[in-house]
Amino acid sequence: MNVTRALRRRGVAIVAVIGAGALALTGCSSGGGGGSTSSSAAAGGSGTFTYLGQTQNTTIAGVLDTLKAGACADAEATAPLSTDAIDGTTWDQQLQLLAGQDALSNMSMAAGTPSLMQEFIASGKVVNLSDELDKLGVADKILPAAESTLKALYNSDALYALPTEYNIEGFWYNKQILADNGIEPPATWSALVDAAAKLDAAGVQPFVADGKDGWPVTRLVGDYIARDLGPDALQKVADGQAKLTDPEYVKAADAVAALGTAGYFGPAAGSVDYNAAMNQFLTGGGAFFYMGSWALANFNDTEANKIGVDNIGFLPFPAVEGGSGSVDQVPANAGIPVMFTTADFGDAQAAWLKCIVENYGDVALADFGQVTGFEVSSTPSDESALTKLVQDQIASASGSVLWFEAAFTSEGTTVSQTNGGGLATGALSGEDFMKLVQAANDKG
Amino acid sequence: MDKVFRDRRATLVMLAPALLVYTLVMIVPIFWSVGYTTLDGNAVSGFTFVGLDNYKAFFQDSTAIDALLFTLKYAVLLTVLQVVAGYGLALLYVFYLKHRSSLVRTILFFPVILPTVAVALMFQRVFEAAPTVGPINTIIMALGGNLTDFLGDPHYSFWVIIVMDLWRSMGFYGVLLYAGLVEIPDDVIEAARLDGAVRWRMVRHVVIPLSLPVLLSAVIFSINGTLKVFDTIVALTNGGPGTATTPLTLYMFRTSFAYGEYGYGSTVAFMLTLMCLLVTVFIFRSMRGDATKG
Repeated sequence: MNVTRALRRRGVAIVAVIGAGALALTGCSSGGGGGSTSSSAAAGGSGTFTYLGQTQNTTIAGVLDTLKAGACADAEATAPLSTDAIDGTTWDQQLQLLAGQDALSNMSMAAGTPSLMQEFIASGKVVNLSDELDKLGVADKILPAAESTLKALYNSDALYALPTEYNIEGFWYNKQILADNGIEPPATWSALVDAAAKLDAAGVQPFVADGKDGWPVTRLVGDYIARDLGPDALQKVADGQAKLTDPEYVKAADAVAALGTAGYFGPAAGSVDYNAAMNQFLTGGGAFFYMGSWALANFNDTEANKIGVDNIGFLPFPAVEGGSGSVDQVPANAGIPVMFTTADFGDAQAAWLKCIVENYGDVALADFGQVTGFEVSSTPSDESALTKLVQDQIASASGSVLWFEAAFTSEGTTVSQTNGGGLATGALSGEDFMKLVQAANDKG
Repeated sequence: MDKVFRDRRATLVMLAPALLVYTLVMIVPIFWSVGYTTLDGNAVSGFTFVGLDNYKAFFQDSTAIDALLFTLKYAVLLTVLQVVAGYGLALLYVFYLKHRSSLVRTILFFPVILPTVAVALMFQRVFEAAPTVGPINTIIMALGGNLTDFLGDPHYSFWVIIVMDLWRSMGFYGVLLYAGLVEIPDDVIEAARLDGAVRWRMVRHVVIPLSLPVLLSAVIFSINGTLKVFDTIVALTNGGPGTATTPLTLYMFRTSFAYGEYGYGSTVAFMLTLMCLLVTVFIFRSMRGDATKG
């Protein structure tokens, strides 16, 4: 009996020692993190200017390469440009690890999830660009619409990223298919649903969507909410004033789920990825395609676009009858903007920042057909009518609305997008979808 | 040699480098991870001590419970199928194909050496519904059925994973169990045959009891491997559609690295480790009895 008691006592002691050891070990390692870096830019800065991007995006590195040989030659002479790229599928994870070690590149594509960018901002990892651009005297080179979109995205009063893209989103449609079926571009949601029913009856797939990635489907839910309840409806959810499970929000998800249940996204929408969806639309496989204006690069590509660039029309997300939102409030985003780390920001990096802000817009538009949030001083002569249409839409927009997940947590974003395909296939009801996303957001 | 091993200092010198490396790469990270279960935060925002809150959160997290149930369902079903199929193959090799089994063994072992991602891509193509129609759907449609989105429908995607993993692994378990079966002495089999034991009775009363140790190893191998499944599911469905095929390992990965919750992710990892330990102990205990009885 005594032996058993002694063994038990020894066991308790061992567990206690192991527990204390584990805590001590973790405690030693977790001293870093929040607030360890100065929130203002450091004075020093090294002699190179490093950029880290995603392998999927070659535009930013391409523009930087053009700039270093041209307009930014002086900045290049002081701090030579060094670009690198890694796979974008685990982008946020990699940024977190780099930021945790203060090892971010001078300039890198920003976190895909706005809540992670907000963490970087709160912990002083990224440069306050409003202050820096004011100091450099180039604050007016950022388009106000793009600046307000980025500020709203990160829920901040200052600018923390540069709009290397500025996109509007909406339905692109195949003019020929609509004309063949006697359909006018619909101005309201009901008209859109009626058009879809007519197309479906005629054997045409009404909507093409990347249901595998989910976001092109959840965008419809977000836009419907903005049209029905107003542009600030999703911010109310983020602020805790409303819940996605409230009936007026569920109505939006139900409206999209109804399209899925009717089979309007095709027979296997959950398995169609981005490239397959793009290819399907550009080969005449569907009438309406919800996408951002970054797709202009594909639309202007004569090799890939078999239906012809002149055969594509743009339709702002339609109005919802009786809704308090307006079609003039354009769903917009700044793609994946770029941020600057505070860890190694000095005069050489500031020189690069100034040069990029002054020249990026012109080079991106001329060399890559990319519409950005920077001021453009010269328009290329060979600009397509569709690109011009997008620029006009941006100029005439009375305001912008962010996408469905913009104000959600990382987990809320993932849960929303991984379940978006379920709405397109009709496997998930609007109510179930909203419950899942709200539950993920509630975890904080 | 015996003298050398009796010398404590010599033993220590020989063991120390291996023990040191093992401690640094295995023991320290385990304790480190256990320590993280009491913290909240990440490398960017910093950490705060939350005691046992992460454990409470785990049992109240419906996604974690769903992932746990999926993991158990997947592990139990696949372990049964892997070991039964492997044992069937081993019996086929030993009692039917005998010395001619090497070619069949090689062919059936081949999927084991293929990279997981390559196998997953192949199965994606085989079961594809869009943008192109894969061979399975082509056959279904030729027989008058409807196009079925196997990977986009939660009812089917689980079974596609099971079929793929069974195809990948049964050759391995076939060879593992074959190694155990060939160890059974021929004279024992012959004696049982003379005593009138044939087919099922021979397998039930002679072969299974004599191959029980290797069978036990196979079950423990399989259950631990399947409880920790990650790569095959990430490559085939990435846990989808929705979270329908998300195991605990993938949930742990997402929680830690995508959602930036290192503490909660470590808690999920700890629960998984605990589950592996409990299942292994349970199998050991339940298979201790004499299988020749009853």
